[in-house]
This record gives sequence, structure tokens and C-alpha cells, in this order.
Amino acid sequence: MTPASATRLPELLTKHEGPILDRWVEEQLATIGHKRGLMSDAELREQSREFLALVRQAAQSGGLEVDSASWTSVRDFLGRISTSRAVQGFSPAETAIFVFSLKQPVIEQLRRDGGSAEGLFDEVWRTNLLLDRLGLYTTEVYQKGREQVILRQQEEMLELSTPVVKLWDGVLALPMIGTLDSARTQIVMEALLQRIVETGANVAIIDITGVPTVDTLVAQHLIKTITAARLMGADCIISGIRPQIASTIVHLGVDLSDVVTKATLADAFGLALDRLGLTVGRAVQRR
Amino acid sequence: MERIPILKMGDLLLVSIQVDMHDQLALTLQDDLTDRIAKTGARGVLIDISAVEVVDSFIGRMIANIAGMARILDARTVLVGMQPAVAITLVELGLTLPGVQTALDVERGMALLRRDRRPASTLVEVEPVPLETSDVDADEQE
Amino acid sequence: MPTSRSEELPLRSGADVVKVRQVVRTWAAELGFSLVDQTKLVTGASELARNTLDHGRGGSVRLEMLDDGPRRGLGMMFEDRGPGIADINLALTDGYTTGNGLGLGLSGTRRLMTEFRIDSHPGQGTRVYCARWR
Repeated sequence: MTPASATRLPELLTKHEGPILDRWVEEQLATIGHKRGLMSDAELREQSREFLALVRQAAQSGGLEVDSASWTSVRDFLGRISTSRAVQGFSPAETAIFVFSLKQPVIEQLRRDGGSAEGLFDEVWRTNLLLDRLGLYTTEVYQKGREQVILRQQEEMLELSTPVVKLWDGVLALPMIGTLDSARTQIVMEALLQRIVETGANVAIIDITGVPTVDTLVAQHLIKTITAARLMGADCIISGIRPQIASTIVHLGVDLSDVVTKATLADAFGLALDRLGLTVGRAVQRR
Repeated sequence: MERIPILKMGDLLLVSIQVDMHDQLALTLQDDLTDRIAKTGARGVLIDISAVEVVDSFIGRMIANIAGMARILDARTVLVGMQPAVAITLVELGLTLPGVQTALDVERGMALLRRDRRPASTLVEVEPVPLETSDVDADEQE
Repeated sequence: MPTSRSEELPLRSGADVVKVRQVVRTWAAELGFSLVDQTKLVTGASELARNTLDHGRGGSVRLEMLDDGPRRGLGMMFEDRGPGIADINLALTDGYTTGNGLGLGLSGTRRLMTEFRIDSHPGQGTRVYCARWR
């Protein structure tokens, strides 16, 4: 652990803030190159200035332990930069370079200030480690940000592709479309059970007309869902089983004898109405 | 002693489980219900578990036992209000509840019990008891 | 953000089983498990706690919040000094029962968890470890 007194970084940043900042901005603009238009020079300079100030404060109070509480404001700042630059269109490497490119001006300044060779070497090394860690931190934040986006997109896609529809009072339909994988099926089935409770549906029709293939796991999930719905007091009907799927199910040895199936969603709806004691009648014409 | 209250509604008994039952409480409920069915000649038992967040094999057994004993006493059992998470977990556990019918809520449970009711041994068709009527049995507090 | 925790709870009475259910529920919720997964954890814990009490003649459970970098989980170690299980494989088959209807519930409980291990020998008690990861 490097105590505050052992590093000359804060002193350096105080004494030579101007020149270091200028050199650093120069370095950044050189490396960013064609992406210069994504951010104004003034904005870049302002961000750099703020970063230097925060680093100076942190090093003054907490040495060079990047994980310590004194460096929280620096980490937060880097987190914000990482996110905003990603939005602006910079790659994570480019954002990391924001930090790495500070090495050159700082080390140059250290050398100009002189001192013993050994002292200089230690200082340069400490600076190097510090900026490495801070640079890597920006990529970590970027990663986490991407993961969140992907997660959210997945959820949205899931919702869009499997809406639970109310066909009538007490009758829900779940038209499933596309290839079903185990994870997706599970999520969708849980959502269906939830909707059954929310809407008080007696019958849920799971229509798989738009599903090209079904594997054992998916078939098992379907059966589990139907069993669970029954325990809750609702019935399920599977409709739209294609011939290919029917043969797959037979070959896989999945037991559907306990499950009501209908060829089409329309047939299933008819059955559901039947169960509820309803019929569809022709409206009487009034003259 | 701590007990789960049993409500009498016409010839139906209604139990609403609101607490996380320890085993002794569950066994007491089992005995109490069987007792009440015999005493009142109830034709149906409604067990409302809409407030129950966990049903393990012990509770499952209790429910199946109640249904079994009720059947012997010529009464039917309907389990209502099972939460989705509970249903999914029960299926995963491989727990089935033999002899137990299920319904989404108390209202539907009652409809189920009334609809399939075998006629009482009188010559007159008895009108179903309206939902508003509920007498808490006097000797429930013993 | 929950801190790593470990706690040992006794299993000597029916009330202890209820307590374990409550603590597991609280921890599972804190760890951010979905409602279904919370229910699976609590139900599994209830099964194993009851086994420890009824078949193991009392014992304890150690709960632990697990941290594997990005993943978080909940681990439970049930331990007793009871008679032990003679044939673990038999006990793990579906439908196995020691005469009281729905059996030890071990095979079912195993399906509720992502990790499940039993260590038991006649006369040497039983240790059941299970865990669920987010």
C-alpha cells in the first residue's frame, strides 16, 4: 500500500497541471483521430481537466489504492465517462486510451523534475500501475453496461414474441412463435401461469402453430406448465401441433395422453367456450 | 391452543390458511376438519391456499389426507388459489395431489362443489345457499 | 448489496423448521432470486429440514450466501447425527418411501436445486448439501 506521502503524483499534478493537461489533450486528439467529430475539443479538455483534479485529490488523501474509498469519486467519474462515450460512439478501447494516454505527459514531467534514478523508476512504475488499473476499470464498466443492454433487449424480445392474449372472459391464448429453447419456454410458461391468476382464466390455449420444432426439454416444460396450471385450477389446451412435431413427440416418447390437444386455435377456442358453458349464436335480425 | 379457523357455509366447510404452518398445526387442522365434516355432515370442503407461499411434501400429504378422509365421509375437497410459484415447485417436486380438485378461487371452488353435488335424499330440489350466508359454527371455539 | 453471510440454525423442533423457512426466504429475496426460485429454495429447505428433524433425530443447518464473481447463490448444509441412510441411491429414486406416504422427498428436492450432494452412512449421521445459483 502506497501511503500518500510516498508518491509525488499529487505534488506533480498541482505544480504542472497546465502543461500536463495540454500535452494529454494533444495525445488524446492524436489517437482518437477520425472520431474527433464525436465530441467537441472543449468537452474533451473539460473532462480531462476534471479527471486530473479528481486524481490529484484522491492521491493526496488515499495514496494510490484505487479500490479505496478516497478513489470512489474517480471511479464514479470513469464510470460516467465510459457510459457517455459508449453512447457517443467510442469503442471501449478508445475510452481506455483516455486514461492510458495520460502516462506519457506525466512520465515526461517526472523525468524533467529529476531526482535519483531509483526514485524516478519507482515513481514511473507506480504511475504506470495506477493508470493501468484505472484504464482497465473503464473497460469493466463498459462490459457491465453492455450486459445490461443485452439483458433488456432479450426481455423486450421475449415480451414481444410471446404475448398472452385474452380471447374471452376466462379464456387466454398464448400464440408461440419461432424456435423454442428451454430457457425461453420456461420464462414464457411462468408468465402464462401468472396471467392465469391475474385474469382469472379457466382455460389457457397454448398455440404452437408457429413453432417449427420441439425437443424433449421443451415438451417437458409444456407438460410441466399444464400440470401446474391444473394444480392452480385452470385447464390448458395445446393447439396447432404440426405433423412434424407430432411425430417428434411420439419418437421422443413424451407422454401427452394426459393433455388435451386440438388441431387449430379455432377448435381449441370452441372447446374452451364449451367448457365454460357458452355457445356462439347468430344475432337475431331486427326489422 | 393455536388453531386454524373453519367456517361453515351451508353444507360446505371453508378453511383459509393464512399462516406458515408448523407441522403440529397442520396435523391439528387435519383432525379438526375431519371432526367437523363428520359432525356437520358437510358435503364439501374448500381449502383456500391463496396466502400460502410454500407447500412442501408434508403439507401436500396433509391436503391429500384431508381429501381422503372427506371422501370416506362422503364429502368432496376442492383446493383453491394456489400461487403460480407454488404450482411450479410442486410439479418439480413431483408431488401430485390425488383426490383433490382445484379451482382458481373460492367463488369458483364453490361453484364446482355445487355443480356436481349429488342431490340430497329428499324429494324436493333444494335451492343453493347464496354466497353471503356464512355461519361461524358455535362450537368452533372449543 | 448483500454482504457474504453464513449462519447456523438448530433443527430440534417444528418451530425451528418454520424459522429456517423464514430465514431462507429472507436471504433468497435479498440475493435477488426470482419468486419461483425463492419458492424452490424455501420448499427444498423445508423438506430437508424436516428430514433432519424426523429421520435424523434433530441436527442443524448452515446457510451460506455464495459469491462466485458475477454469480450469487445460496448454499445450505443440513447435518444430523441420526441413523444415517443405508442405501442412498435407493433413497434418491422417485417414489421411495419409508412408509409415511411421500417418502424422504430427496429426489424431488434434488430437482429443485442446482447443486445437491448427500453424504450418509449407517450409524454416522447424514450431511446433505444443496445450493441454488442465480
